[in-house]
Amino acid sequence: MNQMPALLSIITFLPLIGVILLFFINKNSHAVLRGFTLAVSLIVFLVSLPLVTGFQNNAEFQFVERIPWIAAGPFQMNYHVGIDGISLWLVILTTFIMPIAILSTWTAVEVKVKEYMICLLLLEVGMLGAFISLDLFLFYIFWEVMLIPMYFIIGIWGGKNKIYAAVKFFIYTMVGSLLMLVALVVLYFLGMKAGYTNFSLLNFYSLSIDPAIQTWLFLAFALAFAIKVPMFPLHTWLPDAHTEAPTAGSVILAAVLLKMGTYGFVRFAIPLFPTAMTQFTPLIATLSVIGIIYAALVAMVQEDVKKLVAYSSVAHLGFVMLGVFSLTQQGIAGGILQMLNHGVSTGALFLIVGFIYERRHTRLITDFGGLAKQMPVFATIFMIITLSSIGLPGTNGFVGEFLILIGSFESSLRWYTVIATSGVILSAVYMLWMYQRVMFGELTNPKNQVLKDLNVREVVIMVPLVILVFVMGVYPRPFIDKMTPSIENLIQQVKQKQVAANQSVPVMPQMQMPAVAPQAVTPAEVK
Amino acid sequence: METIAMPAINFTAVMPETILSVFAMVLLLVNVFVPTQQKAYLGYLSVIGIIVSAVSVFNGWDAPRSLQEGFNGSVLQDNFALFFKGIFLLSSALVILISDHYMKREECNHGELYPLILLATAGMMLMASGTDLMTIFLGLEVMSVCLYVLAGFNRDNLKSNEAGLKYFLLGAFSTGFLLYGMALTYGATGSTKIAKIAEAAQSGLVTANPIFLVGMLLIAVGFSFKIAAAPFHMWTPDVYEGAPTPLTAFMSAGPKAAGFAAFIRVLVFAFPSLMVDWIGLLWILAVLTMTVGNIIALSQDNIKRMLAYSSIAHAGYALVGFAAGNAEGAAGILFYMLSYAFMNIGAFAVIVLIGKKGEANNNVSDYAGLGFRRPVLALCMSIFLFSLAGMPPTAGFIGKFYLFSAAIKSGYIWLAIIGVLNSAASVYYYLRVMVFMYMKDPTEEFDWVKVSPAIALCLLISVAGALIPGVVPSYLLNLAQKAVLF
Repeated sequence: MNQMPALLSIITFLPLIGVILLFFINKNSHAVLRGFTLAVSLIVFLVSLPLVTGFQNNAEFQFVERIPWIAAGPFQMNYHVGIDGISLWLVILTTFIMPIAILSTWTAVEVKVKEYMICLLLLEVGMLGAFISLDLFLFYIFWEVMLIPMYFIIGIWGGKNKIYAAVKFFIYTMVGSLLMLVALVVLYFLGMKAGYTNFSLLNFYSLSIDPAIQTWLFLAFALAFAIKVPMFPLHTWLPDAHTEAPTAGSVILAAVLLKMGTYGFVRFAIPLFPTAMTQFTPLIATLSVIGIIYAALVAMVQEDVKKLVAYSSVAHLGFVMLGVFSLTQQGIAGGILQMLNHGVSTGALFLIVGFIYERRHTRLITDFGGLAKQMPVFATIFMIITLSSIGLPGTNGFVGEFLILIGSFESSLRWYTVIATSGVILSAVYMLWMYQRVMFGELTNPKNQVLKDLNVREVVIMVPLVILVFVMGVYPRPFIDKMTPSIENLIQQVKQKQVAANQSVPVMPQMQMPAVAPQAVTPAEVK
Repeated sequence: METIAMPAINFTAVMPETILSVFAMVLLLVNVFVPTQQKAYLGYLSVIGIIVSAVSVFNGWDAPRSLQEGFNGSVLQDNFALFFKGIFLLSSALVILISDHYMKREECNHGELYPLILLATAGMMLMASGTDLMTIFLGLEVMSVCLYVLAGFNRDNLKSNEAGLKYFLLGAFSTGFLLYGMALTYGATGSTKIAKIAEAAQSGLVTANPIFLVGMLLIAVGFSFKIAAAPFHMWTPDVYEGAPTPLTAFMSAGPKAAGFAAFIRVLVFAFPSLMVDWIGLLWILAVLTMTVGNIIALSQDNIKRMLAYSSIAHAGYALVGFAAGNAEGAAGILFYMLSYAFMNIGAFAVIVLIGKKGEANNNVSDYAGLGFRRPVLALCMSIFLFSLAGMPPTAGFIGKFYLFSAAIKSGYIWLAIIGVLNSAASVYYYLRVMVFMYMKDPTEEFDWVKVSPAIALCLLISVAGALIPGVVPSYLLNLAQKAVLF
């Protein structure tokens, strides 16, 4: 492979270099601070593009780097990173969303700009690191490191209830991840019995674990990820965190951080513990469906636009979970695509909420009405994003949800799917109703009569997102093609282990490549 | 012609202690000629003494057995003892660096401070290398007596007096337990030498003897008091709150580590035959200590008191490694005690800086707005607090990871789970300080905070010690692993 050496490390640690340089910039020259941070994040995005072009469409982990890191006593940890078709897009999503988030802070954050920029870049290091780690210990480190900047972003620059939200966010996530740490060590010692002496994920993949132990380990991992997703009933931190966080924080939280949870299921919980996964699929599917319906109903009655969007996140991620746990090609592809879609459209929704909040310093739906007349450009963009969030055909949301529903309908989760489908309708209800109340009607409030339309900077922020909405909605094939081999490999691996567990024959290591890859159904063919 | 064989006295085995004691004596003499306002020079001199002693500690590493043993088998300066001696020297050096500033502010700048710290350190060293119950007891008393004086060092301050008296009374009480336990052990086995006790215990008759078991239990109670394990922790909060801040830092790092050193040495070597009993005991102690420490710390407003309870909890984490009963657990304790010295003394250094005369300004709410008034100081404090909370990438995380992993390796998964849940609870009160530092508006300008070069050095070393082993821990972990290969 003629791939650039250490590309992943460069992408991940460039923001860290940016942080170090930020320390030397005068804290009062806000323009320089913002410009520099934006430049760093743009460079990171540009540097990450060769990942897409250089990625070979197969199931192997690529751009792999492996350096011995800690070797002490019984433990051996490596700096082992690499991406496959699943993490590729999440890395790109992260590097893509960061410049947008940073650009959105131009007028939103006026105090402590330097610290804000430092937190944003540190957060990027943590997120990228978590997506590329192939060593469980390394993953855990990045997973925890992500918490710290996000905690400060919510706690320092948040709304009036910021401290409550920040601490709740931190403790919730921490409890889950600490139990995962225990499970991780248990897993390590199980691996040691099988002769593996490091935390490499690939080793653990080939481990066959006693189903009774699998149950516990799965629970510990699933708890950490379910809190992050967040799944009903562990979602209560999310509305608080979203409502209090500053716009950029909400955007990143929705677009990337929540994906950590679903990514964790796809990458760790499911392939590591396939037997336990079968056992828990009904429970998780039930919770997902409850999440979809419940969050939609709660979203409907929200008075605060931001809270409404936050609850819509819970519903959307319920769909992702359903797709992932269907364990079918379309379901998982749809789930991952929906993760990206949600990143784009919910990220955009939070930006939109940010725009009107900056103008009016309120987010209550009743304070608005008739904005469409005053702000035509804004209204157009808002409409497009709303439709994308609902999943109108032609936008990205449709492709993801459709694949998920097809995939899970054909799996054992048929009846769950039937109920979940009503969530699609509910999402149209609450989104369109909200849009109607905010944008249409009489422009009665005098404060709204003087509102200015989006300025150039705000349009520049939104344009890439709007383009993506259509690109991913009309021609999602390149996205799906890259992830297909990895998904097939995942399903193959899990099914094989499930079968083996049923026959109680020990599975022997290494089943990297599927023998015959079944033809993938892409949405283009579906149509 | 052969007369009585002279006991093999080997001064190499007690070299670090000897150097410190000599420096302490010299300092006592020099003290007379140093004017009150220049007692800092005594501090510099004692740091030199510590460095010289550290050189002899480094030289002793991996020395042949004949050089390690001394005084007819009463002391053994093996790698285990040397690692601990390193921790003691480090904590006393860091504490001396922050003492002068504090003592000047509180106007109790008496020169005796430095010799007392050095002598206490010498006592701890003797505890770590003692292989005879009497040596350990002597070391413990040398340390304790110095600490009683140090706790009450600010003699014009009522709380400091209370701390000194309380520590002395309860300390004497616990010493009684320890000594009684030693006496019973002697009665059951006929020796105070650890090796001989273990030898005698090989016969089932001794092990089955209830006196032997009770002896072990009483010794364990005595040491539990010294490491402030629940339910023998009652003295800690008052003493830690009342004692002069630098000495609180000292007490929470050095003597606690010394308690662990002696505790491990005695239980592992003298009572291997009762291992099942003491592991069960430690399991309970660990759970109690972590839980009690963390739960009470949650509701503390005084930051010294909060760190006092948190220090109880940290002893609990270390006990988890001890209860694991394997080499990783012991190595984990060594590593953890070292990183705890860095992060805890570092945190106390910030407390010394923020505090005002008369132990004022020590409430968590007094830190409001520090993050944007004194960003560097607040950043240091955040690093220490994150390390105490066990967040990666800090030494505190690696230490906890190692301790809990050791417990899991021995199959005590529940112990590890209780440990991590405790750790999650502890995050709340560490975060609280950060909430005030970064998320509340400042009420003061913090213009009285002057970072002297000595404190800056202490902070620098502590930050490095809390961060570097968090990113590249291999070297220190391997040293710790090697130290427990007895």
